[in-house]
Order: sequence, then structure tokens, then C-alpha cells
Amino acid sequence: MNEKIVIKSGRVLDPASHLDEILDVAVIDGKISEIGKSLNAEDSKVINAEGLWVCPGFVDMHVHLREPGQEDRETIASGALSAVYGGFTAVCCMPNTDPAVDSVGAVRYIIERAKSAGFAKVYPIAAITQKSEGKSLTNMASLFEEGAVAFSDDGRTVMDALIMRRAMEYARGIYTNGISAPISLHSIDENLARGGQINEGKISAILGLAGIPSCAETIAIARDIALAELTHAKVHFAHVSTKNAVQLIREAKSKGISVTAEVTPHHLALTDSELIGYDTRFKINPPLRSEEDRAALCEGLKDGTIDAIATDHAPHTQIDKDLPFDSAPFGTIGLETAVPVTYTILVKSGILSPLKWVEALSLAPCTIFNLPGGKLKVGAQADITVVDPSADFFVEPDNFKSLSKNSCFIGKKYSAKPVFTFIEGKCFSLCL
Amino acid sequence: MNKTSDNFNSSSIQSSALNSRHLIALEKLTCKEIELILETAREMKKVFIASKEGTRSVKKVPALQGRTVVMLFFEPSTRTRNSFELAAKRLSADVVSIAVSVSSTTKGESIIDTVRNLEAMACDIIVVRHKSSGVPELLSHKVRSAIVNAGDGAHEHPSQGLLDIFTLKERFGSIEGLNLLIVGDILHSRVARSDIWGLTKLGAKVTLVGPPTLVPQGLEMPGVEIQYDLDSALPSADAVMLLRIQQERMESTFFPSLREYSHRYGLNKKRLSLAKKHCVVLHPGPINRGVEIDSEIADGPRSVILDQVTNGVAVRMSILYLLAGKL
Ligand SMILES: [Zn+2]
Repeated sequence: MNEKIVIKSGRVLDPASHLDEILDVAVIDGKISEIGKSLNAEDSKVINAEGLWVCPGFVDMHVHLREPGQEDRETIASGALSAVYGGFTAVCCMPNTDPAVDSVGAVRYIIERAKSAGFAKVYPIAAITQKSEGKSLTNMASLFEEGAVAFSDDGRTVMDALIMRRAMEYARGIYTNGISAPISLHSIDENLARGGQINEGKISAILGLAGIPSCAETIAIARDIALAELTHAKVHFAHVSTKNAVQLIREAKSKGISVTAEVTPHHLALTDSELIGYDTRFKINPPLRSEEDRAALCEGLKDGTIDAIATDHAPHTQIDKDLPFDSAPFGTIGLETAVPVTYTILVKSGILSPLKWVEALSLAPCTIFNLPGGKLKVGAQADITVVDPSADFFVEPDNFKSLSKNSCFIGKKYSAKPVFTFIEGKCFSLCL
Repeated sequence: MNKTSDNFNSSSIQSSALNSRHLIALEKLTCKEIELILETAREMKKVFIASKEGTRSVKKVPALQGRTVVMLFFEPSTRTRNSFELAAKRLSADVVSIAVSVSSTTKGESIIDTVRNLEAMACDIIVVRHKSSGVPELLSHKVRSAIVNAGDGAHEHPSQGLLDIFTLKERFGSIEGLNLLIVGDILHSRVARSDIWGLTKLGAKVTLVGPPTLVPQGLEMPGVEIQYDLDSALPSADAVMLLRIQQERMESTFFPSLREYSHRYGLNKKRLSLAKKHCVVLHPGPINRGVEIDSEIADGPRSVILDQVTNGVAVRMSILYLLAGKL
């Protein structure tokens, strides 16, 4: 592939170099060859990016692709295509498939399936414990060597603190380029949350649905911060949802404990008031919280307590979501709405600068999981996301490339759309 | 008498009566709609009380002639189902009763499929009971028939709420300013929630009493007070409603033992003497004698438990009648 592409006159946003300027970006052989003013575009495919934002490829560090085992909800290929259409050049998939990704074979399978699909890059996350049952550790070092980028029992919490301690300690001894293997934690006390359906509060009381108290999250995160301090492991908190958890992480960071955190677009945008009406699209774990929590999550991103935005893309079939509320599964899809939702909530409203927003979607997840990418720099692989910030639209399920349509954003109006996704120079034009 | 019953032939149905095609929750009703249901129930009760008093056998009202009412109970209930059935029959409706075992719906056929199948057989009103909060609401968005909530999980039981209010109104003349104590497992009670919405909308006060494990803080709102000690709450009560206490709640550690529960929250003669002279006792049934209420009280002069049962039929006739007016 010798084709040269020049992305002309876009607003180039690179958080790593603090670059925010109208420039051209040239791509040759899948790599960024030049970034500058008025680049020579002779014999090149030219993409007019006037009015558009040119960003390092967005990376979603938390998705569920359902393969192997639940291919009616999503496959690695459909999920990777959904990612491309959402403006993501890479995703990290959680291991709670059927069977769980707790074996070297499963890691290899995901990598191969993703390669043959040829859409977004897919980095597997392997289970911390066998079958994610919280009892005995997986062969973490072998899984890491095979290509797992992190460890998680997402969907479950490792409730036994001793097992969690061992996992953190063991992960410290596994590294690439001197950086320990990260552990991504779904931290919710399972005993306190047992039977819970939605956030515990006024709305759960009125609807007569069992609540998940916010302290189920803070208790588990407090424990895991203490273990991170003890073990010096590289601990990442998935889908933080409460004000108190943000405060705990803020304090941990100020004490120099090695923790990072992500937040989902739905927790940034919505609250438990959406649950009035029992629409199971809003049944999510951790649950949509109060307005106070929502505001604290935005604040946490702004002050750097929360590092990254990740979707927790969780596909479910309509049949499953049509069940009575307490039988329906938790989760919302998110890949194809993350850019507009977070742009609207964070950038358009003035909470985050464009550069900071781009960082949370690209550089931050790459740094936390030690992934290539996240930067626009000459010589780097041309993983690039181009966004049109002026688009206004209503979210419609028919447009989704995901096999599932269970989005909590359907019918809502947002701004900004990804218009081109480049993966190693391969251009996907999204709006035609 | 004849004049009253003649008011209820199908030609006189007013279509503008209720705002919604469904009855899902008292939370969603206006004050006016509640008053309308109660007023209509009063007329209904006149019809069958008059006929019961010997002038003739119970007269059927032709209002729902040619209409089909389906009883769709996903959870066993004899009391509520019988009451709705009787109400529908007294309005001359065709009644179909369907008991669905929960297992047959969780696998394969979805609950929406079940209801669409019923609709294909041309039913007009579906009375639904389900153990999960929100099922009637879910169905109301997916089907054309009128949905009547006959109790969903811990959400609402609007016809029970209405019959409680009806019974209190019959006794006290007006609801405004009354203080109803609801005692027991508020957390899991759909009856409590319907009573709270209905009574506070009409200007009454509701005091929730029980161990803190069973009284959610989230229900505190204007007109609603929470107390943990029954003895200190009783003196200000105009009416006390005891909720059925279930063994399984004890097993999941909401309280230590039935004996201790009954010691603190069981209504006995001595305790009732703390209340005002005119204070009445309600229970949505079925009663656990000796646990939440002593037999002596349940069968005593202050008990309006059997009035509740009688009034239940009148209120349900009123609900079906008013919803039929919107078909
Ligand atoms: Zn999770």
C-alpha cells in the first residue's frame, strides 16, 4: 500500500504534544509521514478536513464483544465494525464470554478473529481468576505473553480480599517495557448489591425495585485502594459511578498510590431519573446514579481524578431486554454513541477543553494499558479519528452497526459525529 | 334503585372520564380521577347492596356487555382475582381467567408474546398481576388493550389503594386531615405505595411504621412521615393498617424473629388502646393472626377488614366501568 493520504486543514488535536492547530496530516504506508502547514498533496488522496477535528485514534478500554458464546448479541467482527463507526480505532474486550477468557487459546482466538475481521484493533483482557469465579488465579504470565493487555474479572468482583491481594502482587511481576500488567477492577461489593436492580434512593423506593446502594461501590474501591497501596500493583478502576468513589480515588492519587480510573458516557450523561417508566435499556451495572454523582464524575474527569472515558459496551438482544425488569440483563451498548454523548456533555458544555476530551478517549487509555497509539506523531501508526463537531442529530437504533440495539441514548439529541476512522492508514468514511 | 342502576347502561358511559386508557398506578392519577373512581364506586355499591337486602337477587349492570375481561395472574392470588372477576361479571362482561406459571414465561414465550396472543382473541381489558415491579407498565406500552394493574412486585396495587381510601371515606366522610399508620414491611409492599400516593393526593397524612430495615428512607415525601416505634405513633392515628409479614423476610435478615417482630409491631388490644377512640383497623389480607394482628382485633368492632373486601368489588366495578368508557 503506497497510497499517500493528506488530511487537509483540520484542527489537529494531539494531547501528548499539546498540539491544537489547523494543520495537514499526511499518511504513507499506514504511518503518519508528516504533520504541518500546506503539505504537498500531489498524487495523494486528499481529505478536506476544514471544520473537522483530527485526533489520535480513539481507544475504548472496556467493551464486551460476546464472542465466544453469545454471538447473537455481538461478535468480534460486528463489535469491531461498531467501534469503527463510533470513531474507535481500537477496543479492549472483557473476558466474561462463554467460556471466559482464562486460557491462552481463548486469547489467541480473539486476536485471530479480530485480525481476520479487519476493522478496529481488538486487544483482549484476560480473566484474573479461573472462570472469573474469584477463587484461583489464571496463568497470568502466559496469558500476558500471548497478547492479553490487562486482567479483569469484570461483571464480578473478586470478593475474597486475599485472592485479590495475590492477583495484584502476582501481576506486579509480569511486565513489558518495565511496566507491570494492569488490573482493571469491577469493584462493587456483591453482598451489598445482591438482588439490586437500580440505584438505591428515592426512585428505587417509589418504583418498588431493589436498590444497589452507592456504598457498594465505595466499600469495594476503598478495599482495592488499600490493596494497591500494599502491593504497588497497577490498579485501574472500571466504570466509576459515584461521588464518594471519585473522592476516594482523588485521595489515593494524592498519596501517590498507583491507581487510575475510567467513566462511561452513560454515567456522565444520565441519572436514575431515566428509570421512571421501567425501561430496561436503562438497567445498567453499576446503575445510573443521582445527579450529584453525575456532576461529581464530570468534575473528576476535569481535575484528572478520572483518566479515561470507556463505554462498557454491553450488547443484549431485544428478547432479553423485553423481560420483566428484575429478570432483564444489565447493560447498554455504547461504541457508536460515545463520541457525540461525551462531546455534548463535556466539551459543548465547557467542562473539558477539546484537548482534554481527546486525551480521555485516546492517550489516557493507551497509557493505562500500555498500548501503542494515542498520539499523532510522525512515524507512528496512522490510527486517526476525524470528528465533525458541528453535527446535530437524534440517536436512532437503525443506524447501529452493532448486532444489538439496547442503547440508553436512543431518541436523545447530541452533537458531534466521527466522520473518518483511519486504522493503520486504512480509511473508513462513515457518513456516506 | 332502578334509577341508579339504569345510570350504568353502556349508552351513558362518559368517555372523557379518566385521562389514561390504563390503570397502572395511583401515582399517575390526578385528585379528580381518584374522586371520580370513588364516586362511581359508591354508586356501584348502592346497586349491589340494595339488591342484597332482599328486594331481588344481585342485579347485573349491562355496562360491559360484549366486552371481554382477561384475568392474567402470573402470581397466585385468590382474593384479588375473585374480586376482579366478580366485579367484571356484575358488569356483564365475559371473563377469562388465565393462571400462568412463571416458568413457562421465563423460557420461550415472552410475557409480551403471551399478552399479544390474548389480544388476538379479542380481549378488551387485561387485569395483570406479576411478581416483578413494572410489568403492567411494560405491557401498557406494547399492547392495544386496557391494562389494569392488579399488583406488580413492590410497586403498586392501585385497586387495593382505592378500596382502602373508599373504606376510610365511608367511615370518616372525608379523607383530608386523616392520619393513616401503615405498619410493617413497607419496603416490599405495593399496597403501601398505592395508599401513600392516593391518600396524600387527597390531603391525608401517612405514617410509615416498622423496623428501619423494612421502611425505605426514599419514601419520605410531603405528607409522609417515618416512625420506628409503633407505641409512640399510635396516639395520633385515625386508622391503622397492618401489612402481612412474610416468613421469608426474616430468613433474609430484615428482622431477627417473628416473635420479636410481633412484640414491637404486632397490634393487640393493649396497644390499640393507645389510639384515638374512633381509630379503625385495616388489613389488605390475608391475615397472619397472632403475628401482625391479634384475632381479637381483626374480628373486633374497630376492624373494617370485611368492609374492605365488600368495597373492593365496588371499586373494581368502578375501575372496569370507567376504563370500558375509553375503549
Ligand atoms: Zn463491570
